[in-house]
Amino acid sequence: MSTPPTPVRELPHKHYLNATYGAGLRSWLLTTDHKRIALLYLASVTVFFFIGGVLATMIRIHLLTPGGALVTPETYNKLFTMHGVAMIFFFLIPSIPAVFGNFLIPLMIGAKDLAFPKINLLSWYIYVIGGCFVLYSFGTGGLDTGWTFYTPLSSVYSNSAVTPAVLGIFINGFSSILTGLNFIVTIHTMRAPGMTWFRLPLFVWAHYATSLVMILGTPVVAITLLLAGLERMFHLGFFNPALGGDPILFQHLFWFYSHPAVYIMILPAMGVISEIIPTFARKPIFGYAFIAGSSIAIAVIGFLVWAHHMFVTGESTYAALTFSFLSYLVAIPSAVKVFNWTSTLYKGSISWDPPMIYALGFIGLFVIGGLTGLFLACLGLDIHIHDTYFVVAHFHYIMVGGAVMGYVGGLHFWWPKITGRLYPRALSRFAAVVLFIGFNLTFFPQFILGYLGMPRRYHTYPPEFQVLNVLSTAGASILALGYLLPMSYLTWSMRYGRVAGQNPWPATGLEWKTDSPPLTENFEVTPVVTWEPYDFKNRPDLGLATGTPLPAPALGDD
Amino acid sequence: MHRTGRLYGQFETLEQQKETAALGMWVFLVTEVLFFGGLFLAYTVNRSAFSTAFGAGSNTLDIKLGGFNTVVLIMSSLTMAMAVWSAQVGKKKLVSIFLIATLGLGTIFLGVKVIEYKQKFDHHLIPGLGFDMRYRSEHPTATDDPKEMAIEKEEVEKTFAVDPDTNAHGQLYFSLYFAMTGLHALHMIVGAGLLVWLIKGSFAGRFTPQYNTPVEIVGLYWHFVDIVWIYLFPLLYLIDRHR
Amino acid sequence: MQSQLPIYPEQASNFAPQVDALMLFITGICVFFAAGVTVAIVVFFFKYRRKTPDAVGITIEEDARLEALWMIVPLILSMAMFGWGAVVYVDYRNVPRDTLDIYVIGKQWMWKAQQPNGLKEINECHVPVGRNIRLILSSEDVIHDFFVPAFRVKMDVVPGHYNTMWFRPTKPGRYHFFCSQYCGTNHALMGGWVTVMEPSDYAAWLSGSAAGNANPVVAGEKLFAEKACSTCHVANGTGRSPSLNGVYGAQVLLADGSIVVADEAYIRESILQPNAKIVAGYQPLMPTFQGQLTEEQIFALIAYIKSLQSQPVPATGAGIAPPTGKR
Repeated sequence: MSTPPTPVRELPHKHYLNATYGAGLRSWLLTTDHKRIALLYLASVTVFFFIGGVLATMIRIHLLTPGGALVTPETYNKLFTMHGVAMIFFFLIPSIPAVFGNFLIPLMIGAKDLAFPKINLLSWYIYVIGGCFVLYSFGTGGLDTGWTFYTPLSSVYSNSAVTPAVLGIFINGFSSILTGLNFIVTIHTMRAPGMTWFRLPLFVWAHYATSLVMILGTPVVAITLLLAGLERMFHLGFFNPALGGDPILFQHLFWFYSHPAVYIMILPAMGVISEIIPTFARKPIFGYAFIAGSSIAIAVIGFLVWAHHMFVTGESTYAALTFSFLSYLVAIPSAVKVFNWTSTLYKGSISWDPPMIYALGFIGLFVIGGLTGLFLACLGLDIHIHDTYFVVAHFHYIMVGGAVMGYVGGLHFWWPKITGRLYPRALSRFAAVVLFIGFNLTFFPQFILGYLGMPRRYHTYPPEFQVLNVLSTAGASILALGYLLPMSYLTWSMRYGRVAGQNPWPATGLEWKTDSPPLTENFEVTPVVTWEPYDFKNRPDLGLATGTPLPAPALGDD
Repeated sequence: MHRTGRLYGQFETLEQQKETAALGMWVFLVTEVLFFGGLFLAYTVNRSAFSTAFGAGSNTLDIKLGGFNTVVLIMSSLTMAMAVWSAQVGKKKLVSIFLIATLGLGTIFLGVKVIEYKQKFDHHLIPGLGFDMRYRSEHPTATDDPKEMAIEKEEVEKTFAVDPDTNAHGQLYFSLYFAMTGLHALHMIVGAGLLVWLIKGSFAGRFTPQYNTPVEIVGLYWHFVDIVWIYLFPLLYLIDRHR
Repeated sequence: MQSQLPIYPEQASNFAPQVDALMLFITGICVFFAAGVTVAIVVFFFKYRRKTPDAVGITIEEDARLEALWMIVPLILSMAMFGWGAVVYVDYRNVPRDTLDIYVIGKQWMWKAQQPNGLKEINECHVPVGRNIRLILSSEDVIHDFFVPAFRVKMDVVPGHYNTMWFRPTKPGRYHFFCSQYCGTNHALMGGWVTVMEPSDYAAWLSGSAAGNANPVVAGEKLFAEKACSTCHVANGTGRSPSLNGVYGAQVLLADGSIVVADEAYIRESILQPNAKIVAGYQPLMPTFQGQLTEEQIFALIAYIKSLQSQPVPATGAGIAPPTGKR
């Protein structure tokens, strides 16, 4: 360990996990403590991650042979639809904001809780109710429309349980809206004395940007899916050409939210990485203001690019030119982040702790995911690769390689704070490498498949595509191992892990200046912030050497 | 979090608590704008595509009831504003009076809405339930003026001549009509519930010049719901109306 | 297929080399940046590995010039990608004149193609090499997408819309086409083959198999009479509605003063939603035919109206805008 060896530590006597206001389960289900609500979310998003993961595994097994090895076409269509719905609406969108955002934002800004603790609990219940609707749909007939619910397929032609699923996503939208509202208000009004806007951790900036997208985008998709649901139930014609409606209108409304929704997934992950990099390079992050600003820029420009999903729907050439241009603009702030992270490493004191390995893995995968976005934003090229496996590979690099890698990295970074305990170090670094290799093996072949012309959502494919599909499936099995490993050792560590202490890494954020796990009220006394973010030099409380690192030879790994 | 007096545990000062509540309501209203915005967009696109049928739909609405409701709602905004003012200057009795007046006006609005919905039901203008734009003119009731019904019949026939699919497109108009006014009415009902809660508080004398946040933020919400109606009324009732 | 594990499909249309060049260009830039970032991270990772447990890094002052540099350089490069991509796209969306028109209908889960002479094919499409081919796409149910990887082109097939796509095949052969917009259960089976033939072979094939197929112009003419279109659309321009002689491809002056080109989409819209665009000087009298004609019947009507291009245009009553140059 890079922390100074200390005698056996003990968990604090009193903390949020053992504080009880009622008895047992009740104290969890009626809690308004943001940290406990975060754990409720952690448990529920894990359920959906697991469901989505099992479905993904079945998809990959099915695609081992050109004819389809496992299931009927109907079932295959349900598999990828339910995989998408579970993963996007019930795992990726809530994952980092609802788990880490909830847990950390009050701690990071020195508040006792979020601005509206009861609304926070309410949003978890709304999430659960929405989730139940969707599970009901999965259980009774399944869902075969694709997660995009394009009309008129979803509103007229599909024979599956579309209505409960659409209602579930509609309901779940309010969970997202209320979470975003809570974050925005909290960040505005609940900051501790001395915590100015430019002393906020970048994680908080990223969540501010994310919340903007949540409150502005989610209502639109909620009403759109509601209209599609009504159209299905009462045979109305909002989007049905047979009754005078226009299916293209649905796509505009849908992508107005669902493209920015990608930023709901990736911005928080970028926030996580912006915390991990300076902590483990042990120096101030390079270009703080540019990283903070780029988060806001991504959120704002992200609202202006939605029709790049529709370059081949026959939309006007001028619209296509505009949206292609704006899509290139949104790439710039992402590039700024990557360059600043990389520069932060320069002359750092880089530790090889597990969160750092995950963070660097994130950068690697995000760079590929982001750069392949440039291919898709290119009008001439999109004619060929739109709706092929190239797109599938691209968004998995962003959503899984980016968002999930950030999520797992965040878990490793804040796990000691959440549970008060550390996990096996060597094993978790190994898991990070397995994840990285498995991921690339699964999804890189899909870029080539896409360029060769394999359309997405195919239960059967011409034999010339088989080699790459087999590679992809092989990678998926490694990837599955990469997810099961952290799940098991993190669970193990909750009971048997070494006690972490207040600040094991050490990191500079306010969340590390309280107990691990923290008190219910977070801090004994309201903290006063007198230091700049990520400043390791002027923080004698961290117990670090100041000045330049010693030119001593590298020490062996423990 | 435990509450000490009027101060909730997560806050340091009453001032912070008030600022937080107001900001929260403003942010919420922003999401509401976007929420209605999706419907307004769907309405606008369809209105321009099927102006004939939508115009015919507008003409079936009762402008007297709609206009009356508009006045009622504007009045209720006034009484709500007076309630907020009374709380701020500490006139505790007036707070209750104005809140009750607001609730009364809100209830009248909803009552009139029920009458309008009932009419639509009688005229077979509920989407999906034997919808027929011709029904009204073909089945006049005893109270109808035969001369007016003849004019109406002629107009409906004209509409069908221009757009034989008037029933399909009219159904679209009424789906949007019910979706938009229904969602608005739902907001009114929530608002009425909030008013009942405020009235209870005002009887207990909770609202003072130092602490009147609930009245203020419910006031914000109420004004927002009014403004939505101010847009709905011309869009649904007035465009293309010629009688 | 060229090799055991190819990385790009065969090039068989005018667009294929353009798209592939674009691909190489963007790949080059991206590999450069990805490699740069990766090398930097790997080097820093080893070079600046923490030496002692309490060591801190050396603070580097922020540099606005550096930040500006790495905003401006990517911006310039991405504008180059945008520009080049736009050129290819605009070329693709602007259909040249003198195309060979093939009507394609998508329905769950098959493709129907109709040659200019009325010959119908299912999940097959024959085209001559070297000609500009235009596909006019319509759907009978949900959204589909016609995708030919070897030609590097695709276009959504949207119910209620006419979308068009074009390409010029450059190499005879048989090429896979796919449906690439998810359309329900057998989406993956909704594909077939485009056969590119030498023009002489194509002509022979066309005349050889055309026997017994109704000519769409004839079918359209019959429909035109059956649906009583001819009552109002009188050829000499004296009817209640404009004459259709020569209207296809011409510019039409509308009541609101705007001018539209009478292409397939316009004619289709005028049949299904007659009141959407009223020709200047005429009343909105025409009833809609929404729901009363199949896609194939609409194709036939359009084919017939196109055949009227060669008929004499009456001096008045054609609704055609004052000549400002034909398309």
